[in-house]
Amino acid sequence: MDAGKLDALKEELAGHGLEATVSHGLLVLELEPGALPETAQKLRTALGFDLLLDVTAVDWPQREPRFDVVWHFYSTRRFQRVRLRVKVGAADPQVDTLTGLYGSAHYMERECHDMYGIRFRGNPDLRPILLYEGFEGHPLRKDYPKHREQPLVPYRK
Amino acid sequence: MSFELPNPIRPAFTEPTDDSHVIVNIGPSHPATHGTIQIVTELDGEKVVRTDVHCGYLHRGFEKECESHTWHTLIPYVDRLNYCSALINNFAYCGTVETLMGIEITPRCRYLRTLLAEYARLADHLTCIAASLMELGAMTAFLYLVTIRDYIYEHMADVTGARVTHSYGRIGGLAHDLPAGWLERLGQILGQYEDFVGRVHGLMDRNRIFIDRTRDVGVLTPQQAINWGFTGPILRSTGVPRDLRKDTPYLAYAELDFEVPVGIKGDNYDRYFVRMREMDESVHMIHQLMDMLPGGPVTVDDRRCVLPDKQLVYSEIESLINHFKLIIDGPQVPAGECYVAHESANGELGFYIVSDGSGTPCKVHVRAPSFVHMGGAHLMLDGYQLADIVPTFGSINMIGGECDR
Repeated sequence: MDAGKLDALKEELAGHGLEATVSHGLLVLELEPGALPETAQKLRTALGFDLLLDVTAVDWPQREPRFDVVWHFYSTRRFQRVRLRVKVGAADPQVDTLTGLYGSAHYMERECHDMYGIRFRGNPDLRPILLYEGFEGHPLRKDYPKHREQPLVPYRK
Repeated sequence: MSFELPNPIRPAFTEPTDDSHVIVNIGPSHPATHGTIQIVTELDGEKVVRTDVHCGYLHRGFEKECESHTWHTLIPYVDRLNYCSALINNFAYCGTVETLMGIEITPRCRYLRTLLAEYARLADHLTCIAASLMELGAMTAFLYLVTIRDYIYEHMADVTGARVTHSYGRIGGLAHDLPAGWLERLGQILGQYEDFVGRVHGLMDRNRIFIDRTRDVGVLTPQQAINWGFTGPILRSTGVPRDLRKDTPYLAYAELDFEVPVGIKGDNYDRYFVRMREMDESVHMIHQLMDMLPGGPVTVDDRRCVLPDKQLVYSEIESLINHFKLIIDGPQVPAGECYVAHESANGELGFYIVSDGSGTPCKVHVRAPSFVHMGGAHLMLDGYQLADIVPTFGSINMIGGECDR
């Protein structure tokens, strides 16, 4: 992506009070947890980021706050991407849901809840999606042992 | 009427909204769902009132497994995401790691990857259309399409060594160059493709039964499609001409002449037709790439990621150590994070990788189009007939491997 378009978007974001950094062709916004709904609203309505591509998290077990929750947005008009990042602690890993703004958030927030145990405040449906009912723990956390097995049906001896 | 599932899921609803309605569970193993998916439906007669779509039956911990492999040894896993077009996964993954390492691939590799990605897209669309037509009873069309797909698979095996899961991409290039005579055979297959697909057009396009089953069924509006994260042929079938190959060109797409076909109504018929037209565009691109293909090496000369020549490994100590370090420790990817998306056969396939500077990924996340599409699948199922679930589901082309990871 050409640098001119990135700089123009960066200026525009700055006009909305958002400080962005450039990382490998897309803009990154580091947010306080409370600023998420307002920022997503701005991105969607004022800046044209109409496609919520992805919701995931990164686990840094040695760090406090422990988790990065990461969103990727795309604009079907500007052809540009933006990444939002919010740090949350392990004690109460909660962020606000974006299901009110983007339908695609439903499934992706469920997956992120499955895998990292991040709770999305305001999302009424955080049932397991890739895992099953009664699965203990969150497998993509670094302290979940890779070899731990929780079969629903006992293995044949 | 209450109802209990013998399944490890908790359905979103267990009580029908009306006494005359029934709740019916479809899947996860059902002959008409090519892919393990479970759909809990509430039916009013044969009309679908609401649905609750569950996936995850093919979840195998792809992302967890990646965290205990080197950047290199997880390439075969990537194949198994969308196994209908494994090469696109390969190239998207390698492209992401190369971006983070700051590697620019050689011109021949760039064109070859583009050519093979389009070839893989052709195979993927053939599979999708063949399967969804067969589910509507069009056995002849199915056989025509999988015949040509089989020629492609055999032909891909000539270059990669495997019919389906190729593992042909490498960080910094490709496993090896094309074998002699490969491009001539490619020209023959593309000629046969025209024949077979022409017959399928003749059988299907104006076929009364086919139109009745697919026109105005599973309709998606452009606003719904964007709000629910649809990309690829499904988004284009609603009339939104968004294609990453055009909008944010990567590999060699900026130098190619091609069109982005779009639909009008966003129904099953449009999804069929958009895929048919996209295959023609892919063939058109492959013809151009065959003429443009430059010479030179297919792999960069970068000792951080590319294995040294075997002859040197056996004859000099530096190459031996280099080989050893790359195999044991893996390529050292600089600390940082990166998101790169390619237009896969189903939509935006994104890799979000995080490196802590070592040879093992800190995180590899896949933005899988099938998973996001399943999140919005109910929009295309609710309000139509029970029997429409099969063609609609077929036209979404959900691939379990990439949906459930």
